[in-house]
Formats: sequence, C-alpha cells, structure tokens
Amino acid sequence: MLEIEIDGKQLQVSDGSTVMEAAATVGAYVPHFCYHKKLSIAANCRMCLVQVEKAPKPLPACATPVTNGMKVWTHSEQAVKAQKGVMEFLLINHPLDCPVCDQGGECQLQDLSVGYGGAQSRYEEEKRVVGNKNLGPLVSTDMTRCINCTRCVRFTTEIAGLMELGQAFRGEHAEIMPFVEKTVDSELSGNIIDLCPVGALTSKPFRFAARAWEMSRRKSISPHDSLGSNLIVQVKHDVVKRVLPLENEAVNECWLSDKDRFSYEGLNGEDRLKRPMVKQGGAWIETDWQTAMDYVVRGLKGIRADHGPESIGALGSPHSTLEELFLLQSVVRGLGSGNVDFRLRQSDFSADGRMKGAPWLGMSVSEIAGLDRLLIVGSFFRKDHPLVAQRVRQAVKKGLKVSAINPAFDDWQFALQNQLCVSPSEMSAALAKVLKALVEQGSAALSPEFQALVDSVQVDEQALAIARSLGSGRRVAVWMGNYAVQHQDGVALHALASEIARLSGGRFGVLGEAANSVGGYLAGAVPFGAVSGKNASEMLSTPLKAYVLLGIEPEFDLRDAVAARKAFGAAEMVVMLSAFKFEEALGYADVMLPVSPFTETGGAFVNCEGRTQSFHPVVKNTGDSRPAWKVLRVLGEALGLGNFDYESVDAVRAQILGASGSVDPFRLSNDIDIEPLNPAGVSQGLQRVADIPIHFADPLVRRSAPLQATKDSEAPFARISPATLKTLGLNAGDKVVVRSVSGSATVVVSEDEGVAAGCVRLAAAHSSTWALGSLNGEVSVERI
Amino acid sequence: MLSPESLKKIDQEIAKYPADQKQSASMSALRIAQQEKGWLANETIEFVAKYLGMPPVAVYEVASFYNMYDLAPVGARKITVCTNLPCALSGGVHAAEYIKKKLGIDFNETTADGKFTLKEGECMGACGDAPVLLVNNHQMCSWMTEEKIDQLLADLQK
Ligand code: SF4
Ligand code: FES
Ligand code: FES
Repeated sequence: MLEIEIDGKQLQVSDGSTVMEAAATVGAYVPHFCYHKKLSIAANCRMCLVQVEKAPKPLPACATPVTNGMKVWTHSEQAVKAQKGVMEFLLINHPLDCPVCDQGGECQLQDLSVGYGGAQSRYEEEKRVVGNKNLGPLVSTDMTRCINCTRCVRFTTEIAGLMELGQAFRGEHAEIMPFVEKTVDSELSGNIIDLCPVGALTSKPFRFAARAWEMSRRKSISPHDSLGSNLIVQVKHDVVKRVLPLENEAVNECWLSDKDRFSYEGLNGEDRLKRPMVKQGGAWIETDWQTAMDYVVRGLKGIRADHGPESIGALGSPHSTLEELFLLQSVVRGLGSGNVDFRLRQSDFSADGRMKGAPWLGMSVSEIAGLDRLLIVGSFFRKDHPLVAQRVRQAVKKGLKVSAINPAFDDWQFALQNQLCVSPSEMSAALAKVLKALVEQGSAALSPEFQALVDSVQVDEQALAIARSLGSGRRVAVWMGNYAVQHQDGVALHALASEIARLSGGRFGVLGEAANSVGGYLAGAVPFGAVSGKNASEMLSTPLKAYVLLGIEPEFDLRDAVAARKAFGAAEMVVMLSAFKFEEALGYADVMLPVSPFTETGGAFVNCEGRTQSFHPVVKNTGDSRPAWKVLRVLGEALGLGNFDYESVDAVRAQILGASGSVDPFRLSNDIDIEPLNPAGVSQGLQRVADIPIHFADPLVRRSAPLQATKDSEAPFARISPATLKTLGLNAGDKVVVRSVSGSATVVVSEDEGVAAGCVRLAAAHSSTWALGSLNGEVSVERI
Repeated sequence: MLSPESLKKIDQEIAKYPADQKQSASMSALRIAQQEKGWLANETIEFVAKYLGMPPVAVYEVASFYNMYDLAPVGARKITVCTNLPCALSGGVHAAEYIKKKLGIDFNETTADGKFTLKEGECMGACGDAPVLLVNNHQMCSWMTEEKIDQLLADLQK
C-alpha cells in the first residue's frame, strides 16, 4: 500500500495505482478525455494535468503512478491553469457546431469547456477539416470534431480484439480512420459511440432523432443473448429512440453488443402486429380481443373434446420472459397436456427427465476473469456470446489458455491454444479422445458409463494437447456452446464434456442459447416434470391438432422449418402470440394475437449464470397489443382452468421463484443421470454445419434494418474447406443447389479454411436456407 | 506481390526480432517493399501487414506517419527539401521555392515528364548544413545554394 495525499485528503492506495485512480476513490474529479478505466493508458489529451509536489511541471494524472508520500492537487492554481491551457489547444481545431451536433448535451468536451474553456478564442487562423469516413451502417462520423484521443482505436484493438481503426498521418494531419475503404465490422462496434468523448462518432440509426435531454432514461434488460446485458432505454413521446448500456460490472460491464444496442430499430416496423387477427374462410380480418379470445377458447376446448388434451401443444421462444413461459405451460398443463417446450433448436432430448436441474454456466460471469484453462465445445463463440467472448479475450491476456472443439471455426480475436476441428459426427469421438488422454494422465477414475466409448477411440496428438492443457490448469472450465446443445448427439456431448470437466478438476457449464434459456427450465416450459408430454421436436414430427406459438417465427426459430410448416399446415388451429405479423405464417396460422415486445412488458430473464433480472415496460402498448403474460392469464381464466388470478407480473414471478425473487441455486445443475454411451456412427456423406448468425437469431433482431445492413447479416454462403472444395470439384463463387432430405437451397460457395473436412457450413434462420429443414444431417451440393 | 529477393530481405529483418514481435520489422518491410514497387499502394501495405501478421491499419499508420514512405506514385527522382525551422532560417524555404520555380511544380507534384517529384521534408538532423535536401530518400545534399541546385538538377536530368 502507498500513502498519498490528494487535495489535502490522506488515503492509501494499492501499489501500481495511478493518480487518476487514487483521485477517483476520494471523489476528486480530474478532467480527462483519453483516459478510460477499461482501456490502456494513452496519455495523449493532457487534459488531466495535476500539480504534484516537487514535480517541476504539472503531470498527467492518468499516466502518473502513485509514489509513497506523494502530494497532489487537482484543482490548485497551477493545475487549473494547465487544464485551461490544454482546453484552449483542444478547442483550436474543434468546430463550434454544438447546435447541430448529436453529442450536444452529453459531450465531455462541451461539459469541460464550460468549466475550463475561455469565453473567447485567441486563435484566428484557419481550422483544420477532416473528411468523414464510412464506418458502416451503425456508426456515423464527423471527423472534424475528433480530438484524437484514440479511445476508439484502443477499443477496437483491446476490447473487440481486432484493430479496425487507426490513427494515420502525423501531427496536425493525424486522422482516425479504418484501413482505406473498410468499415468497422466488429459485433461490438457500437461501443465506440459511447467512448468517443466528442461528437466525432455518433449513432447512425439515431442520428438527429432526439436531443439527449428530451428523452427519459429507463432501465431494461436485453432479450437477446444469454448474458442479459443491462440497458438504458431512452424514450421520447412513448417511442424508443435509443438504447445505451447500463453499467453493471458483474454482467455487461460498460459495454453492449451491437445486437443489444440496435435491435430496438426493429420494434416499430411495417409488420408490427397491432390488432388481434383471425382467419375466417381463408381471409384474415382484424378484430377485437374479446372476439379473438372467444375464438381461441372455443377452438382449444373443441379440439380437447374431440381429440383429447394430448392433441394440443405449445412452443415458446427462449427470448420470452420467465412469467410468459410459466403461464404458457400453465395453460397447456391446465388443459391436461404436457406438450410444451422452449428448446426450439435442440434435437437430442434424451436427457429429459434425467436432469438434476436447469443447465447453466456453472459459474458466475465475473469468475471468467480468474480462469486459467478453458475448453469450449461446439460454439460459434464470438458471435453467439459477444460479451462473454470479450471477457475471455481479456482473461487470455492474463494467461488463460483456451482450447476448442468445433466443426467450424471463425476468428475469435483471441489466441486459441488448441483448435480441434472435426465434423459433427466425429465430435463425440473427439471428446472421448480427450477423455481417454485425461484418464491416461491418471488424474481420477473414469465413470463406467464412458468406458465402452473411450475404449473405442485412440488418443491422438491434438486430444493429448487439450488434455495436457486442461490437466495443467488450476481453475478450469469446460463449456458447451449453442451448437453442441443443438447437436444431434447433444446429450452425449454434454455427458462427455462434463466428465472431461470432472477429470480435470474443473467446472462444467452450458453457455445458453438465449436470454431465458435457464429461465425456461425454471418456468417448467419443458415436457417433463408434473405432466410430461411431447418435446419440441416430437410436436413437429407427430403432428398435433392445435398449436399455441409464443414469440416464434417458425421458418427461422425452429430446428426444422419444413417439418414445422407441414405440422402447422395440417393442424386444426394454430394460435400465434407475437409482436409481429409473420408473413410466412399467414398461410397456416388461424389467430394472431398482438403481444408486447420486451419494451412494452414487464418480467424477468434468468441469464446464463442463474441471475434473475427483472424489468418494467419502458413505453406504452402499441395499438391493441398487450403483454403476453396478461394474454395468457386471461386465456387461462377464459378456459376455466383456475389458478390464473395473478394480480401482477411480480405475483407470477413469486409463484416461480418464491418470495426471494432470485433463483434457488439448487435448481441450477448440469448433472444428468447418464446411461452408458456407445460410439456414434461416423457419417460418410457431406454434413451440414448450421450456425445461427448473430443478427438472424430472433424475430426482433431480424427486423432491425441497420443490423441487417451489417457484414454479419450477409446472406449465407455455403462455406467449404479448400480440400473439400477440390474433392467436390467446386470453386469459390460457384452457385450451387444444396439438397437435404427435406428440400433445397440455392446459395453461393465460399472457401473457408475454418470448416471441417467433409462439411458444408450453411447458416440457418435465413429466408434462403429454411427450406433445407433440419439444422444438421447430410446434404448434397451441385453446381448450377 | 513482392519478389523473392524482397521477401528474403524482409525475412532477414524479421529474424532480428523475437518470433512474436514481427511487427518490429514493419518499417524495414515497408522500406523494402517501396524500393521494389516505387511507392506503397494500399495492396502493398495490406500485403506487408499480412506478411507480418498485423492489422492492415496498423501498418498504414506507420506508412502514413513517416515522410519517406510514398503513398502515391512519385517521379523517377524524388527531391525532399527540409523546411523545418533551422533550415528555414538558413535558406531552406528559399531553396524549395527555387526548385519549384525551376521545375514548374509545387510540393507533392510531379513534373509532366514523370522525372521529378518535389516533397517537403522534416528535419534531417543536418541543420548545420542547411539548406539540405534528399534525393530518392538515400542521397543527402548539403548547403544547397541556387548554383548547387542548378548543378544537381542538371546531373539528375542525365
Ligand atoms: S473519433 Fe472520438 S474516440 Fe476516436 S480518437 Fe477521435 S475523439 Fe477519440
Ligand atoms: S486523460 Fe490523461 S492525458 Fe488524457
Ligand atoms: S531543420 Fe532541416 S535538417 Fe534540421
């Protein structure tokens, strides 16, 4: 510890602290621009000059380490004179365009110039002008305003992991720019808008839409990935104008992914469903709630009477709230059916009934920083979990060694120690090899269920390297990605990965596909437990008479769109509760009930670490739409099911979680009673590897025009490794028809070294590929 | 993109640094690339970046920072006149003006015949020899009076 005196206050700070950090702990504000607590020190703006005893000149607080006995004055005459001098220099080239600048009212330069700027400039010469850059559809530039603090450059390099911006040229000519003509394509790019202390980088979708002081700031939770980023939703005249991060060090820190930040642009599009609609004699008519609800109640009752309750089923989106999913399953179970599920893209349900709790990360998100070994199994990690990947990226800098086993790799923008790329059908064998290597390293005894499988494989170099890495760690974790969860042998992969974690003395976790992937289990929206029934896949393969679909766009959100359309087409009644009028679904749906997106409803999501995060509506209902929890509550009552008299969404939550409102840790568990595993047959044909691209993952993000214009939203290519392209006689750029057992898709081939041999990586959740049906299985590719 | 000879030279530069610090060779690599290509096109910069395992914009930062790298084509002879303060006080600006008049071009321009490009330079560490200029980055010329400039241009014309 070091002693320091700041503005007359004595304090102790830890070794290696800077004067800036020390000042912050006693609440002494030191003006600054380039300093940011999450970024490296650049010390290039000089705004933070302070007076230090015995120092001949003022020193930059952000870059001056504390020494024992140091005396600092942050607002002495000398300090303020230096700060004012710096401010005068900064304003020399800065335009006086605050009235037309989007940053006005929330600009650090504007704020500090009130405190430190002169009333009049002494500078009369020409100001410099810097050309604007096209950084893509999300970030707008006014580069003349740039004060060259390089926060944006450091962000792309250090946090996003790839230096997409740089400071080119020198001195007066220095300019922030991407490499000539390139855009900033990181999935975290929007954060540079927050970081820019001036109006040089502002939000393109929000441009000129409102002034900072005209909007109210309301807290919310992101409904997208499994992290549950905390949001500030800014609202004017009951319209969401902008979304910013709400700092929460334990969850999203001060960041947001672009998906969290810009998905609001999809809220109020053309196809927003505003009135209840029913299909009569093949034609859709808008109607009132009473009529629509009567229609649904009559339909469901009739189908139950004619075909029995098992002929009714419900599917809920994992982006729905805890309360919505709970009430959905209550309605289904109240009707006497157990057919309810929210695991829409999963294919292996063989662990149902054998799980000890809701699968979760197995640790808290903030513990990631302390890991020293990590194995990720089956994940498009960076795009599926942008901010978790960001945490891993920071941990890698501090010595975390990451290994991954995947059928296809992207650049995760951090170094992977081991990268094992195998086809989908070889994944369980690959895990078994790692397991065998661990056993041979002799840490602990293997559970007997794995013996047959482990005996059937031979340890190879790569498996050995992964086992060595895990074996040498002290704080180890093994995580299942979304791809592994959706894999045809998902349960075997789960069992193997958790055994690998056990033998390497580490923790096992599931990353989670969506905002409420843990919550769905807690809400009981699964076909086992109290009343069991058909799972998401069985509900489509053995068609039912009635379906209730909550927040689902069947072509894109279900594992097999072809089977889904067939099942829904043949059903007597399909009720959709949705915020949007799904174009494709108009053909087979019978009722569309307008329900609120997350901004218009209250509820909670349970994130991957088991954290319950509740939120309130931030704007009023659009049109006649109503929160889904209310709709389901009324539906339950109208069906005469009883026990639906919840007065508030909090009462529903209390029913699920108990009075504490948080998840009892005993309900979270990745343990399953496993049955003996046997070697899986290796597929001989060409296998499809389907990723769910970041901006295709849910109905809201698919409707955000700016996100759909990003590089991440390009129409899917058939991505094939160079060697496999050769055996197929194809070239990058060829137009091909990809055929599966259910249908075909016409796409363009691209060469991708990250894809396992014998595989075609072809994204799902897109209009060009849903006709292929199932997310995996064998496909053929033919040039046209 | 670059000839085997240039790549060999770049490899020699890379070998001077630890394997995980290839970026230390970026200045040399750019110099070698410019020598071969005459100037640094974006593709050349991107190639060098890839070769060194660096983000292209990081190499662009280097290439655009230093005066001796040319980001646009230059004439056969590039004359860089120092106009920094010490030189300016001892005839540097005048020397530049004289060359401009003789060649009929301004700074950053190339004569119509493609022979000469004129550039403004930064201190070359030879202030005592002012006015100073550089020819093609490598040949340093000191005390450049009008007569000596006439002589130089005549020699370079050949
Ligand atoms: S654009 Fe903004 S963040 Fe980037 S260097 Fe300029 S002022 Fe700083
Ligand atoms: S904040 Fe210290 S120099 Fe910029
Ligand atoms: S100022 Fe011209 S060489 Fe130093």
